[in-house]
Amino acid sequence: MSPELTTILVTVAQGIVILLVAVLVAAYLSWVERRLLAWWQDRYGPNRVGPFGTMQLVADMLKMFFKEDWIPPFADKLTFILAPIVSMSAFMLAFAIIPITPNWFVADLNIGILYFFMLAGLAVYGVLFAGWSSVSKYALLGSLRSTAQSVSYEVFMGLSIMGVVAQAGSFNMIEIVNAQQNIWFIIPQFFGFITFFASGVAVTHRSPFDLPESEAELGAGYHTEYSGMKWGMFFVGEYVGILLVSGLLVTLFLGGWHGPLLPPFVWFMLKISFFIMLFILLRAALPRPRYDQLMSVGWKICLPLTLINLLLTGAIILWQQGGGA
Amino acid sequence: MNYLWSLVTDFGTQLRSLWMVFSHGFRKRDTLQYPEQKVNAPPRYRGRIVLTRDPDGNERCVACNLCAVACPVGCISLQKAESADGRWYPEFFRINFSRCIFCGMCEEACPTTAIQLTPDFELADYKRTSLVYEKEHLLISGPGKYPDYNFYHIAGMAISGKPKGSGQNEAPPIDTKSLLP
Ligand code: SF4
Ligand code: SF4
Repeated sequence: MSPELTTILVTVAQGIVILLVAVLVAAYLSWVERRLLAWWQDRYGPNRVGPFGTMQLVADMLKMFFKEDWIPPFADKLTFILAPIVSMSAFMLAFAIIPITPNWFVADLNIGILYFFMLAGLAVYGVLFAGWSSVSKYALLGSLRSTAQSVSYEVFMGLSIMGVVAQAGSFNMIEIVNAQQNIWFIIPQFFGFITFFASGVAVTHRSPFDLPESEAELGAGYHTEYSGMKWGMFFVGEYVGILLVSGLLVTLFLGGWHGPLLPPFVWFMLKISFFIMLFILLRAALPRPRYDQLMSVGWKICLPLTLINLLLTGAIILWQQGGGA
Repeated sequence: MNYLWSLVTDFGTQLRSLWMVFSHGFRKRDTLQYPEQKVNAPPRYRGRIVLTRDPDGNERCVACNLCAVACPVGCISLQKAESADGRWYPEFFRINFSRCIFCGMCEEACPTTAIQLTPDFELADYKRTSLVYEKEHLLISGPGKYPDYNFYHIAGMAISGKPKGSGQNEAPPIDTKSLLP
């Protein structure tokens, strides 16, 4: 076997393993989330199936497989089927750019972070298709909100990490991580971190920005009409989204695999678990805003904040270069 | 400036509620792990229904049908019979527990405290028909919540050995004809 072929095979194997593990972990998060939510609400959560309830996922999967996979007769069939596929695969594909350790990553793209923006933009179509093809009021309202929401967060989401890109001087994720050897970007780019975190929550439609879903007033929002495995794909897609955004936060702001003593893999896992926990804590603690409130936060606070942040970062970089010359 | 300050406080309150919810992780949990940990239901809990006996060991129920009338779901059914000494008793007494909502109306309606609800709530069964309880399942050998009450001693219709008006709080009946001038 020629060395090129070996490299290709190893890379493909790595990619498959990472994606499989990502999906598995994402599915398991459904159990982790319920246990954590219960823990913060003085309950136990699912603890009956298997030791500590760890087999709950298997029971849930069985239940979901045996549910009727129903397509409403009035729905637009093709789009209806396409929607969950789009919304799950977009996030999964975006996972490819996250470097877990110096040697473990799927794709070392030189446009790295832009690729994520592209797929985050595509993931919105999953929600839009779902709401539109369901021909139901609640689903439509849900996806309408999703549109309003994405219009307001996508702008500052891009801007929020341009500071990081400017400091690292690259879109490439691995170079961004390497640029954080001395100081994690969360310190110089604190406002970038805050705004990216907020928009990350909005991208994954997690509470408190789960307006497209909002069980309380819209049934289940954009996936009201879905059942069985199609619903399951939306569900897993949401958790893959959490994993993805947590992974991005770790690589962009918390120095990826960098850290003292422990091996890189352990550091990465620790950091990503912290952010996953934070996502769930947000859901446990914060109420959902009205969507005009969400938009005004997006346009009036986050956008100016990111712009100021970007300006200051640019000025400091220029000043440092000028000082050096 | 006010606007900026309110931004800071808003952000602060969000962080505060995050912390408060997180701190709940270190408190005692309220859940009772039921099948392993038994529930201690209070004495007046409304669970499985029993028919009690008076202190003499006789059935308290006089088959007056008031419980069956009071029952909002109509799950009690009984048939009156009369014993040799003139006492009434239910020939059969049937409660369909798959219908019963454990409201306690029957207990309130009962003039003889015969029918009583108990704190036992573990009634689950595999067959619906085995949720229909007959008199032999309902009747217990004790007086339940009212250990001293004996309907036939206090009031009630005449039975053999107890003529009319000889109850504890009763006066003998007055012969109205003898009151004539
Ligand atoms: S508890 Fe209520 S529902 Fe049950 S038998 Fe008595 S009256 Fe009927
Ligand atoms: S249980 Fe009480 S109310 Fe019901 S028939 Fe018997 S005496 Fe009457």
